Amino acid sequence: MDDIILQILNGLDKGSAYALIALGLTLIFGTLGVVNFAHGALFMVGAFCAVTVQRLLGLSHTIIDESQKDFLGNPLKIEVPYVEGWFGPEMGQALISWSVPLAILFAIPVMIILGFVMERGLIKHFYKRPHADQILVTFGLAIVIGEIIKANFGANPIPTPAPAAFSGSLDFGVWLGFAENAIIYPYWRLVYFLFSMVIIAGVFAFLQFTTFGMVVRAGMADRETVGLLGIDIDKRFTLMFGLAAAVAGVAGVMYTPILSPNYNMGMDFLVLSFVVVVVGGMGSLPGAVLAGFLLGILQSFASMNEVKSLLPGIDQIIIYLVAIFILLTRPRGLMGRKGVMEE
Amino acid sequence: MLGLNSKDFTLFLVVVVLVIAAPILLNPFPSDSAFAQFNAGYPALMQRFVIFGILVIGFNILFGLTGYLSFGHAAFLGVGSFAAVWMFKLLSYNIVPAVLLSVIVAGLFSVVIGYVSLRRSGIYFSILTLAFAQMMYAIAYSDLLGKFFGGIVTNGETGLQVYNDDPQILMSPGDPTVPHLFGWEMNSSFTWDVGGWSFVFQNGYYLSGILMLASFYLAIRIFRSPFGLMLRAIKSNQNRLAYTGVSSRPYALAAFVISGMYAGLAGGLLAAMDPLTGAERMFWTASGEIVIMSILGGVGTLIGPILGAGVIKYMENIVSTINDNVVHGWFAFMPDGIENILVTVIHPFIGKGWHLTLGLVFMAVVIFLPGGLVEGGQRLGRLFERRKVEEKPPTATTEPAE
Repeated sequence: MDDIILQILNGLDKGSAYALIALGLTLIFGTLGVVNFAHGALFMVGAFCAVTVQRLLGLSHTIIDESQKDFLGNPLKIEVPYVEGWFGPEMGQALISWSVPLAILFAIPVMIILGFVMERGLIKHFYKRPHADQILVTFGLAIVIGEIIKANFGANPIPTPAPAAFSGSLDFGVWLGFAENAIIYPYWRLVYFLFSMVIIAGVFAFLQFTTFGMVVRAGMADRETVGLLGIDIDKRFTLMFGLAAAVAGVAGVMYTPILSPNYNMGMDFLVLSFVVVVVGGMGSLPGAVLAGFLLGILQSFASMNEVKSLLPGIDQIIIYLVAIFILLTRPRGLMGRKGVMEE
Repeated sequence: MLGLNSKDFTLFLVVVVLVIAAPILLNPFPSDSAFAQFNAGYPALMQRFVIFGILVIGFNILFGLTGYLSFGHAAFLGVGSFAAVWMFKLLSYNIVPAVLLSVIVAGLFSVVIGYVSLRRSGIYFSILTLAFAQMMYAIAYSDLLGKFFGGIVTNGETGLQVYNDDPQILMSPGDPTVPHLFGWEMNSSFTWDVGGWSFVFQNGYYLSGILMLASFYLAIRIFRSPFGLMLRAIKSNQNRLAYTGVSSRPYALAAFVISGMYAGLAGGLLAAMDPLTGAERMFWTASGEIVIMSILGGVGTLIGPILGAGVIKYMENIVSTINDNVVHGWFAFMPDGIENILVTVIHPFIGKGWHLTLGLVFMAVVIFLPGGLVEGGQRLGRLFERRKVEEKPPTATTEPAE
């Protein structure tokens, strides 16, 4: 029993990331009808926003400390980050330690602008072209973004730790009456899961309870009629693209403590997120979220030792097997609407 | 001639001449000149030109004619390579059984994958093929088959190669210990030194070249056949095809299997040129590269994909070797300030950054030239045509592009 709970928990954080990326993909597909192969790159750019903020906060200058001597007897040179000078040592240390959550504030405007530029500058011209062309041009864009990141940050993963306050693990089993250390779950993963729930709830609430969201939903259902009512639906869809980019971006920011970012991570997540979208149902937001968590949890079950000894390597192919099965038996996905990209 | 109309025959003849004369044509700069690094006429690169040419000719039969965008085509290449290396391990270094088996195995795989994937079209087809290819990559990369049956099948991360204690049951003592065609070694070559030039003619290149020509000929015949017309009908309107009472799926499956077998042949030849292989040949970026090659050259045209494969492989091997010092050399005649600025501007696009160049070129082609380089050539041709018309009455032209 404790094993099962542990695997479900393990699947949650990966599932959260899949769900957030798939949510953005579905938003873009549902509003603009574009298959965005560059969405993984947006996730990756978000992760590198966290790296940038961490480096900016870590910028330091050298001062000579007369009170301490190094082993030659000269005054010791120590590196002091600028933020410590500005806000005092304690506050400065706290800022550096909290660089990942702080990066969200930096990432949101960056991602919205990036999404806006992408949509207006490039994708706008591809609405009338076949889906294959959209796939190809966004695939090219993903390569270009990845290479720009590689040129600036190098090809190696960059460790980006979580705030010290979240570095430990939660002994989750004790709460449920299991033995100590039976179910151990790192705090940051819990944070990531809760964070993703907040974001997902926020996106749904935004679409459900605001006038803007209502217009967007109406546009998703029937773009032309909304246009005939005198509403500039294109402008709102562009904003939705920015929102989807921001969702992918903050998903990437918060994921950095779990997986050190490198320029390729976007592609790895993209392939899986596409599978998630297809399993959930093209154009269905709840489907994308559900399928994200479902596949994340399924993957972590498949990586249990008991399962692996029975079927070696099943953890690496389970998602694709599920996708193939779903596509063949229920092509519109778990929660796909009838008639949306069915054939 | 040869069952081709005169335009196609001219095109075919041009390709034949290019393949035969490539070792000379691709070596325009003397080997001690500053531009020698732009020479592409060395065997390892020329082999890649023709082998990837075979691959994209096959891919073009699927994507160019039927419009089904497969994002997992590298899987068949990988399967072909593994099959060929296994033949080397079990029988002997003779490449005939190896290449034959790689084509057959890739064909079998494509029957299964194609049968399943072709039940969906559009983006779903792309994702299904991608899912299959990633699955096969995962299986090969962690050698699941080996774990399942015991022993090694794909040898995981290390990659598969021939060891001294392999059975090689058909191997007789005098046989060469490199891939060969009945004693004709693939990697032996003849060098012809003329003046400052040295031209290398390699057996392996010519064998691959001949097979490429055969594949190309077959592709032309398929393009011009009623079967090819049927495939084009699938691309232009599948519904209308269904209304006329034709089931499109057998045609699409046939195209898928043919292109899978082309990929298997290419994979087998890659192994025949260098008898080792690894799972990374099946990774989805490799499939993406195939797509890029076809698009860049001009999908749906006869010669386009081959051009695309050549350009990409040339860039991969040449642009990636240009470093800052070389660029400094080019602009040495300028004042230092301007020279440094130019080098700084060019720096991100060369050497390790060549993928950036590739991505930008690819995007530019998709955006501005959906017909690829071939369309670009045609547009240029028309531009000159118009000028000529102004000067003198039009004459018959031999525009080789499809």
